[in-house]
Amino acid sequence: MSDNTNRRIVVIGNGMVGYKFCEKLIAKNKNGHHFSLTVFGEEPRVAYDRVHLSAYFAGKSADDLTLAPERWYAENGIDLYLTDPVVDIDRERKQVRSHHGLVVPYDYLILATGSGAFVPSVAGVEKDGVFVYRTIEDLDFIQSYARKARKGAVLGGGLLGLEAAKALLDLGLEEAHVVEFAPRLMPRQIDDAGSGILQRQLESLGLHIHLSKSTQEITGDDAITGMRFADDSLLEVDMLVISAGIRPRDELAKASGLDTHPRGGILVNNFLQTSDPTIFAIGECAVVHHMIYGLVAPGYEMADVVASRLLGDEKEFKPFDMSTKLKLIGTDVASFGDPFAAESGTHACRTIVYENRAKGVYKRINVSADGKELIGGILVGDAEQYNMLLQTCKNKTILPPDPEDLILGSRGGEDAGAGVMSLPDDALICSCEAITKAMLCHEISEKGHNTVDALKKSTKACTGCGGCTPMVKDLILGVMKQQGVYVRNILCEHFDYTRQELLDLVKINNLKSYGSILNQFGHGDGCEVCKPAVASILASLWNENILEKGRATIQDSNDRFLANIQKGGTYSVVPRIPGGEISPDKLIAIGQVAKRYGLYTKITGGQRIDLFGAHVGDLPRIWEELIAAGFESGHAYGKSLRTVKSCVGSTWCRYGVQDSVSFAIEIEERYKGIRSPHKLKSGVSGCVRECAEAQSKDFGIIATEKGWNLYIGGNGGSKPQHAQLLASDVDKETCIRYIDRFLMFYIKTADPLTRTATWLNKLDGGMTYLKAVVIDDVLGIAADLEREMQLLVDTFKCEWTEVVENPELRQRFAHFVNVPEQYDPTVQFDALRDQKRAKEWR
Amino acid sequence: MDVLVAPNPDITWHLACEADAIPEDGGACALINGRQIAIFNFTRRGEWYATDNECPHRQQMALSRGMIGSQGDEPKVACPFHKKTFSLQSGQCLTDDAYQIATYPVKVDAGFVYIGV
Repeated sequence: MSDNTNRRIVVIGNGMVGYKFCEKLIAKNKNGHHFSLTVFGEEPRVAYDRVHLSAYFAGKSADDLTLAPERWYAENGIDLYLTDPVVDIDRERKQVRSHHGLVVPYDYLILATGSGAFVPSVAGVEKDGVFVYRTIEDLDFIQSYARKARKGAVLGGGLLGLEAAKALLDLGLEEAHVVEFAPRLMPRQIDDAGSGILQRQLESLGLHIHLSKSTQEITGDDAITGMRFADDSLLEVDMLVISAGIRPRDELAKASGLDTHPRGGILVNNFLQTSDPTIFAIGECAVVHHMIYGLVAPGYEMADVVASRLLGDEKEFKPFDMSTKLKLIGTDVASFGDPFAAESGTHACRTIVYENRAKGVYKRINVSADGKELIGGILVGDAEQYNMLLQTCKNKTILPPDPEDLILGSRGGEDAGAGVMSLPDDALICSCEAITKAMLCHEISEKGHNTVDALKKSTKACTGCGGCTPMVKDLILGVMKQQGVYVRNILCEHFDYTRQELLDLVKINNLKSYGSILNQFGHGDGCEVCKPAVASILASLWNENILEKGRATIQDSNDRFLANIQKGGTYSVVPRIPGGEISPDKLIAIGQVAKRYGLYTKITGGQRIDLFGAHVGDLPRIWEELIAAGFESGHAYGKSLRTVKSCVGSTWCRYGVQDSVSFAIEIEERYKGIRSPHKLKSGVSGCVRECAEAQSKDFGIIATEKGWNLYIGGNGGSKPQHAQLLASDVDKETCIRYIDRFLMFYIKTADPLTRTATWLNKLDGGMTYLKAVVIDDVLGIAADLEREMQLLVDTFKCEWTEVVENPELRQRFAHFVNVPEQYDPTVQFDALRDQKRAKEWR
Repeated sequence: MDVLVAPNPDITWHLACEADAIPEDGGACALINGRQIAIFNFTRRGEWYATDNECPHRQQMALSRGMIGSQGDEPKVACPFHKKTFSLQSGQCLTDDAYQIATYPVKVDAGFVYIGV
């Protein structure tokens, strides 16, 4: 097989595995063998990530899911024919014929036809409103039908079925049901007890789950109206997604006389060869070791085996580990090794179970009878230990005397990186791409690839399911520590300092420009990481206009144009509305400006008004008008104070105990414009009912009968966190003094782009220490912190007022430097309700 | 007179703008023959670069508004949208092999910037 001049290889199927075969073949062909590669795909799109299909409903575009753009195929000399399935294989003449009549000869043929959805023979499956869940097209159909549906069901409570149920919830259906034939969810992966925990978690999120239900009929005239079960019960639904398993696409193989399995699938040997040795089958269409591997990782391995073999490397497909870990609607579910060893009796074993119904956690491990080896297990609700357990199981690591420690977590405060470092060198870390610990360690220590991004590029680790990313991070830290590198959060390749160290150096040396700081303390030419970090340090220390004296080009793009860049390249504008209080005249002024410049207007979450769709060249004129109406910059573009949200308080509210609006305005006026490591949000509530949601803010204030309670370190966003109480029943002046100290301490010590919540979580000593610094002044720096803050307060200037009045700064606001009056002609809008929106990007 | 005859017959030099219209260690976009070209004044290195203004990732006309810098010795620009970075020399995307932008020769003469297309 090593004779390989001008070989013709044809791949039927452009799914994940078909694509991976092409990628492997190109990557492995280091000796420059000549071959032609032709790919036929049935779908209109190039191969995309089917594993994360449900992300499509959560906002990812088809483009995001694409594995490699069409260009990639052309650049690598691959002839790609989409929407053109192969309809005939002529094994005599060794050629294939496509639907469009294209005839292509082959020396080797790869069948990567994948699988389709298995649709059980239930009366009525052909009705409108019944879908399968397999391709982006299926998702488009489901999405458009869901707009007029109220109740939806999924047939099948397996992995894909639950993903589909999540999709129905994401699409906003009022009721989402899951109907499963077996007596438990995910019957192949987890046991009864684990399934029970999972079921309760899913039910608490609003899913309705029906087990042991055999569907007899889908009711309705043309469109589905319900499902009738064997026990004669009826479930009314407007739409149904069938996800009852997969059916290998073996029809083409069958028609060309290749051996297939009686229950579906193309029979292949350990080299993935079919009964015709020049034809291979890989992925979900193949039956190897008497089974179909319905996961992507073994599919990728099959692609690797065939690609290696065609390039002369004898490789065999070995039984593949089917361990999985996934997040189902926010709940971790994992199984590894042999999860059912006790039930099936394949191993003599003992089982250790931990169950916490209050927290929705179930963990089970199967340990060999002598207590030395881990055979398999199940994790529901908390799968943090999955990677370590999987490695322990695969590498047959000798277990500790108390194996329950494995699932109860390390209770002795063990070093985080130590776990992965204790694994043997051949431990498989990334199973999607078959990358071992030794390979990663080599990349880190010999080639200096010591970031996840660098390793992604050089090894493709973490690029499949992403499940190995935490282990890879630990490995990077572990290897660097082993090499004696003291791991600090240095800014980037241009500065070997942390943000805190650099801030001190800049202050002591009285430096005021990026260039001088880079010359004195850095090397190279800077980058998009250190430039905005240094810009923030300069602003926090000296508070000079961020666009003057060459500072404009070190700002992140929002700061550089003092507005937020949006889809299509236009900007949004947010005038400051302190405390959310605004007069009718000012409201009218905003409306007039929006009308004049054709802007989309929306109330923000922080009680302000955002004006979208402004051309960069219009920004100074827009601000000129806003400033004339009495507005100032709202700093929505900056890493600085955004807004101080308030409830109406004691001036109107019958429950209010203090004037929260006045205090909110005072706070917002005080801290506006101050640059910090990340954005800052605040809120003031007039009583304990907390209508301003102050406890979700970086600093929040709640009125009491006696004064004010100050909370700090709260956060909304992807990891919400409640603020913690710093001081109670203090008067206004004390409250402001504490905020001064807290903010300045944070500004001086936090890493770049770290919110106060994360900063506080990482702070040694946590809240107790912070109280000691801010309230008891144990470091003796309180007076300095207050003085530094007061300097920032006293030197505040509205950035937009300065730009509007400065012709030199003003002329930088143009799309074309040579035709400044012309807008970017590529900017496009679509109509939306009575306004407009940015045209969707591709 | 905005087209010069250059020694290389395949390149036509187009006047873009005055040199000081491009901010130091930053970029701006010029419209040249209907094409949007990002011009970078890499003062720190004493170099000028020109590339497509469009970032191929989301087809956004924004590279001229990106921050410039270096990775190792390679001069680069970061797209403001999703921080994909591109070599200013080769146009190759440094964070994702799938993307590539075109680069153009630049010359600065008597305070004016010319782009070769």
